Amino acid sequence: MLSIQNLHVSIADKAIINGLSLAVPAGEVHAVMGPNGAGKSTLSYTLAGRAGYEVTEGSATLDGEDLLALSPDARAARGVFLSFQYPLEIPGVPALTFMRTAMNAQRKARGEDEISAPDFLKRVRAAAANLRMDMEMLKRGLNVGFSGGEKKRMEILQMAMLEPRLLILDETDSGLDIDALRIVSEGVNAMRAPDRAMLVITHYQRLLDYIKPDRVHVLAKGRIVASGGPELALELEREGYDKYAAAA
Amino acid sequence: MSGLAAAIAARDPDLLPSRRDEDWRWTGLRELIRFVPEPSPVGETLSAGPWAGVHSDELLVVNGRPLNFPGLIQIGPGDRPTAQLRFISTADAGSHAPHIRIVVREGADFTLLESYEGAPGGAYVASAELEIDLAEGSSLTRLILADEPDDAVSVSRADIALGAKARLQQTVLATGARRQRFETHIAHPGQGANVRLDGAYVLAAKLHSDQTTVVTHAGEGGVTNQLTKGVATDQARGVFQGRIVVKPGADGTDARMGHHALLLSDRAEVDAKPELEIYADDVQCAHGNTVGALSDEAIFYARSRGITEPEARVMLTAAFLGEVVERIEHEPAREIARAWVEAKLGALGR
Repeated sequence: MLSIQNLHVSIADKAIINGLSLAVPAGEVHAVMGPNGAGKSTLSYTLAGRAGYEVTEGSATLDGEDLLALSPDARAARGVFLSFQYPLEIPGVPALTFMRTAMNAQRKARGEDEISAPDFLKRVRAAAANLRMDMEMLKRGLNVGFSGGEKKRMEILQMAMLEPRLLILDETDSGLDIDALRIVSEGVNAMRAPDRAMLVITHYQRLLDYIKPDRVHVLAKGRIVASGGPELALELEREGYDKYAAAA
Repeated sequence: MSGLAAAIAARDPDLLPSRRDEDWRWTGLRELIRFVPEPSPVGETLSAGPWAGVHSDELLVVNGRPLNFPGLIQIGPGDRPTAQLRFISTADAGSHAPHIRIVVREGADFTLLESYEGAPGGAYVASAELEIDLAEGSSLTRLILADEPDDAVSVSRADIALGAKARLQQTVLATGARRQRFETHIAHPGQGANVRLDGAYVLAAKLHSDQTTVVTHAGEGGVTNQLTKGVATDQARGVFQGRIVVKPGADGTDARMGHHALLLSDRAEVDAKPELEIYADDVQCAHGNTVGALSDEAIFYARSRGITEPEARVMLTAAFLGEVVERIEHEPAREIARAWVEAKLGALGR
């Protein structure tokens, strides 16, 4: 599914990712953990195609297709979804309008028909109910006046609607209380599927109690410095990142 | 009579307002027009106007001549009519300066759907003057769509006097011309009278649009709420001049003015001059003015969800201007205004 090889990324000529390699097969959930400044958000933004993240070397492919050559919207149409650490507020664009515009743009890019208004509403209602979200909230400007937890739920709602193949969760647990963390995690877990891959990027092990990874990778100074099973996350929680930061 | 109307009447360019006049510094006409064109000939109406979708009477002013009414609109006490007032210019290079008088009697509620329309390629010089009286407790909703040819010079000036407890709600939506200006002068008596004075402009190419307002609060307890927003791309130029005067004794006035613009290209320009002149005590007055660009972060966020960049730009600019459109209370007119703005935004950069 996702294959990253020897990736080097600079922002304003400062090297942030330095030779990162990672493969996430379909059906698996991989966690990337690392201290602040390790390059976690740079990795997620690079995969999503944000401007200013310059790939100086290496590759990233989704099912063999070069992701880095595609525009952010073309990546989305091929199934890449980044759940933002800090989702944006978009005044004047109701969440429902935003989601429907996004769905139809992706469908158009794939040569599919637009979703009908009744089908769209039916699906939103079901997805919002699963995330305990009020439909009235979705009629207001996207994320405007939402709490941190509501914004993260809104991200997961969009993910559920867009049905991506590669899910990248950037610090999805930040700003969540325990109840919100549980609801968001249930939403993510409901999307686990044999034809989907997930990259869960997090500083803390806490999220991984709810979203169980198949593999855990340690990111330090822009490279993967250790990989292992779920037990690696527990070890990091106990012993911290010092050992890996020093080794990197 | 304004300088432009006088210049047209006398065919004397020296009477045109100049950019040396402080109130015309960004929309000077004397520097632009060397000869005032001949009076426009009698013309015929264009096909349906932009407000045709709203059930209403149609009042036509073609090439400066009222065609199917005497140039005077009187709304009787308690009446609640809706009318389209279409200023149509079909002259290729003529000049005309109509004067329309509107009287809204006590307790009446008048919805005036105004439009400024020109035949494509028209290079006319037009001045429209409206003199509007709103009697005590009456209400006027004045909504304007202005879609004029690129080579036109068009100035519309309204002088509106409100009675006690009168209500005025105005929204000007404009796409500019060679020079285009909407000027609104309001005599605000306080005494529970309430004014909403809004505008929006969507400008491309080298088009110019000016929205100038002067609100004079002369009595106690008046409310004015003003919001103008605009988008300019290419080498277009937007002008906003808003002056609110609170005279001595106009205590308890509540006046708010906002102007916010998005520049979508490096060569577009927006000039803004908000002014508050306050000579009374115990007033609440505020103004805000911003000029900026679309947020790259918001564009990236939308693109990361699959929305293409052009579509994201239209969506975000429409949302930006949407705040002005949302303030239109008349629902069928609001829907027409919304579609109109979205169509104009969709056409930008094409």
